[in-house]
Amino acid sequence: MNPFPPVLSWPLGGALLALAFISAVLLVKPIGVSTQFVIADAAVWDVITPNIITPDENAKSGFSSPNAYLNKSGGKYAANAANPFNYSFVFVLAMMGGAFLSTLLKGDKPQSPSEKTMPEIWRQRFGDSPAHRYGVSFLAGFIVLYGARLAGGCTSGHMMSGMMQTALSGYIFALGAFAAALPVAIIVFNKKKG
Amino acid sequence: MELTLAIVLGALFGFALNRVGATNPQNIINMLRLSDTSLMKAILFAIGLSSICLFGGLALGVIDPAHVSIKSAYLGVFIGGLLLGLGFALAGYCPGTGLAAAATGRKDALFFIIGGLLGAFAFTLSYGWLAEHSSVLFDKIAGGDVSLAATGNEKYKALIPISGTLIGIGQGVTFIAIAYLIPTHILNKK
Repeated sequence: MNPFPPVLSWPLGGALLALAFISAVLLVKPIGVSTQFVIADAAVWDVITPNIITPDENAKSGFSSPNAYLNKSGGKYAANAANPFNYSFVFVLAMMGGAFLSTLLKGDKPQSPSEKTMPEIWRQRFGDSPAHRYGVSFLAGFIVLYGARLAGGCTSGHMMSGMMQTALSGYIFALGAFAAALPVAIIVFNKKKG
Repeated sequence: MELTLAIVLGALFGFALNRVGATNPQNIINMLRLSDTSLMKAILFAIGLSSICLFGGLALGVIDPAHVSIKSAYLGVFIGGLLLGLGFALAGYCPGTGLAAAATGRKDALFFIIGGLLGAFAFTLSYGWLAEHSSVLFDKIAGGDVSLAATGNEKYKALIPISGTLIGIGQGVTFIAIAYLIPTHILNKK
């Protein structure tokens, strides 16, 4: 038996995931991902539209923005977008690197060109049009990140990091997420095709 | 130093997401349609074990309470959770696993990320209007930045006024017990 298969048994996989979450809070701060979508957007926006982020001595972060969201909490997001090579942004880039590294060490990855375009369950339910799958993935990504920013965090920040700290917000988020995700997945994917 | 930690901790997280099966949307969808809950068990186990280590570490003085960071609770957290849950079920990706999945060669994840960047931008543009016109969406619930268990960080109030160590470790044990008790196959038994 391979002691380190592509996908670990759930207690081992869970222990590895816990190691990541506890190491992060021990050494720096709890893990979070979705804010960095805003930072990436803002960094690009600042290049296209000058003055969307400007140095400001009076702001707590040293930066301010005419956009209310980037200017929130003393311009915290504006400051991070002005310098994207900060801890949280590099963390997310490294997360992608870590997943890639895992595939080089026989981790889980799509096994065929067609699996690169969609999972098998999607094919069984909706047929094998990549364009259809890409379109829905795009829309889903839009809804997921709009929702995550409205909530102030995503599965990593609210559900995992939040609930591990017993945060009330983590529980409220998980309740909302599963109240939608379970019925939608059951209704959409548990029906046989045709 | 901080960037070195970002690289090491980020890579560890991405590696773990892949090894727990979370970068594969098939596993996420099978979890959510209650066909194979292995991933849910792993996540519950991870939260439980992390709680025990965190509150144990805080009690022993190994973990600095200043590292604790509790997000605010408000109605938008629930509504945002609903929206995230909807897209999560359709695509089989959440923000972190979508990025990690793209790194494992999944093309549908790239479209999810592009949609995500635009969704985050749409929120960035709409926040000012929302905050002005819908105070109820951002009104704090139960004080906002609160946890069930006391963490020793003065910034955050605890809802349960007894030993934070007991509550935190109690929550951890409960989550691990639930992870063991949930049946692996609930619907779509073969």
